[in-house]
Amino acid sequence: MANILAFAESRNGELRKVALEVVTAARRLADATGGEVHALLAGAPGIVAKSEQLAQHGADVVIVCEHDGFTKYNPEAVSALAAERIKSGGYRAALFATSALGRDLAPRVAGKLAAGIVTDVTSVELTGDTLTVKHPMNIGKVIATVTIAGTPAIVSLRPNTYAPVLNPKAGRVERVAPVGDPLASRVVVKELVTGSAGKLDLAEAPVIVAGGRGLKAKENFKLVEDLADAFGNAAVGATRAVTDDGWRPHADQIGQTGRLVSPELYVAVGISGAVQHLAGMKTSRTIVAINKDREAPIFKVADYGIVGDVFDVVPALTAAVREARKGQ
Amino acid sequence: MKIAVCVKRVPDMDVRFKIAADGVSVDETGVKFELNDFDAWAVEAALQLKEKAGQGEVTVLSLGPNAVQETIRKALSMGADRAVHLQADRIPFDGFAIASALAAELKDGGYDLILFGRLSPDSSNGVTGPMVAEFLDMPCVTAISRLDITDGRGTAKREIEGAQEIVEFSLPAVLTVDEGLNTARYPSLKGIMAAKKKPLESKPAQLGEPKVRIEKLDLPPDRAAGRIIGDGAAAVPELVRLLQTEAKVL
Repeated sequence: MANILAFAESRNGELRKVALEVVTAARRLADATGGEVHALLAGAPGIVAKSEQLAQHGADVVIVCEHDGFTKYNPEAVSALAAERIKSGGYRAALFATSALGRDLAPRVAGKLAAGIVTDVTSVELTGDTLTVKHPMNIGKVIATVTIAGTPAIVSLRPNTYAPVLNPKAGRVERVAPVGDPLASRVVVKELVTGSAGKLDLAEAPVIVAGGRGLKAKENFKLVEDLADAFGNAAVGATRAVTDDGWRPHADQIGQTGRLVSPELYVAVGISGAVQHLAGMKTSRTIVAINKDREAPIFKVADYGIVGDVFDVVPALTAAVREARKGQ
Repeated sequence: MKIAVCVKRVPDMDVRFKIAADGVSVDETGVKFELNDFDAWAVEAALQLKEKAGQGEVTVLSLGPNAVQETIRKALSMGADRAVHLQADRIPFDGFAIASALAAELKDGGYDLILFGRLSPDSSNGVTGPMVAEFLDMPCVTAISRLDITDGRGTAKREIEGAQEIVEFSLPAVLTVDEGLNTARYPSLKGIMAAKKKPLESKPAQLGEPKVRIEKLDLPPDRAAGRIIGDGAAAVPELVRLLQTEAKVL
């Protein structure tokens, strides 16, 4: 029997979608050996209200740590808490999300516990006593099958690879105190600058509309924004050329040095499809490409391609998508 | 200000990789190697901090076979002052093994800042920097895209999903560098000549016992060949129909 710890990520008092993905993956792992899933939830006072949602997705126990020092991400205090819980709970594995927070937190915890860690995994399995993960390397051009020796194993999951599944449990809540004083951390997040309200994030959006150099000028990015707006559930992304030119912030870049995304639909507007860009988006479920160059590499990975001028095709598509969604 | 920058030699990603005969590594025949982009931005950040302070020393560390000395020379030619090569037969996949060796070397160096790139595209784990910070019990800020050091304290900006964090930290600290912090300079001819004379110490890496092991490598299946459904705006109705009926995403 192997118990699994799932780290439940939250921001501004709300669970993030990746928290439910991580609990879902942990449930599957625990079920393989008849073990329990314990979800660790750290946040400002009141975060306990989110325990129910974690139980709904398969957490047997929700370990809640409430403290004013957890209002914003607190790397030192959260990593200390997570390492202490993982150690004292004797978990076989601890699962995190490969989010900005998870990428910061999981290696710290592994360091504290001198534990094996693999990040950005696309599957995790427990067979007998062997914990095996799949991990894309070399910008997804090679897939490694990796085993993690010893206990606990620390794993972070690529977002959007484990869709949240309802699996209701009684979900007992267990309250714990922080380790040390969270207000005494040497690293302090002073401010969380959020983008425009309601803006979807690239990692969580079911649809991404991304633009490249084919848009010719910064102002023309409005075409991409309008199309994203027409879908209603889309985030806006960009290629490196576009972010290097300052048309969009670096945070919007999809590719080798940017974000790795796997939405249900990826619309590439005026993107030729450099290998570095493809690395960031080719695991998308459906890819649409609009480009005037019939030979552009993007058409090799696109499920549906339209050869044409983006200034002609995109406004027509925006109108058609608006129309199609009207009846919904 | 004493700054260390840990850099990695990585394959150029613009190739079709082949799996080596051992089944657990990539065939390096015909593969070009280069300084990891993120690490180049970390070197640039160190050089800019030194230039702003008007004094200090930038040390470059790299772990791996003798071939990593070429990567080290690149960083020296950009303007780093000295370098340490930690010898190992190959660069391990395991972050714990690498971080142990780097931490052992950095421990008594008296560095105010230790910089890393946030990730390398080959192993794609991104754990080395924060693990070194844990081993040395130093504050750590990952994936920074802006940095300001004033009076022994730092402020950094991190890009997170749909937002940014403004983070304050005390020195000494470990930082990992994201794209957007700066643009790495090209080495000048003078820099390349000077690099040849800069001190490069080479010694065996004290690798930690690996905790993870690659059992096998596979090439991912190719995406099914796509289809061009038409030309220009006239193809839009068919695209919308396919998105509704076939892909079911609309």
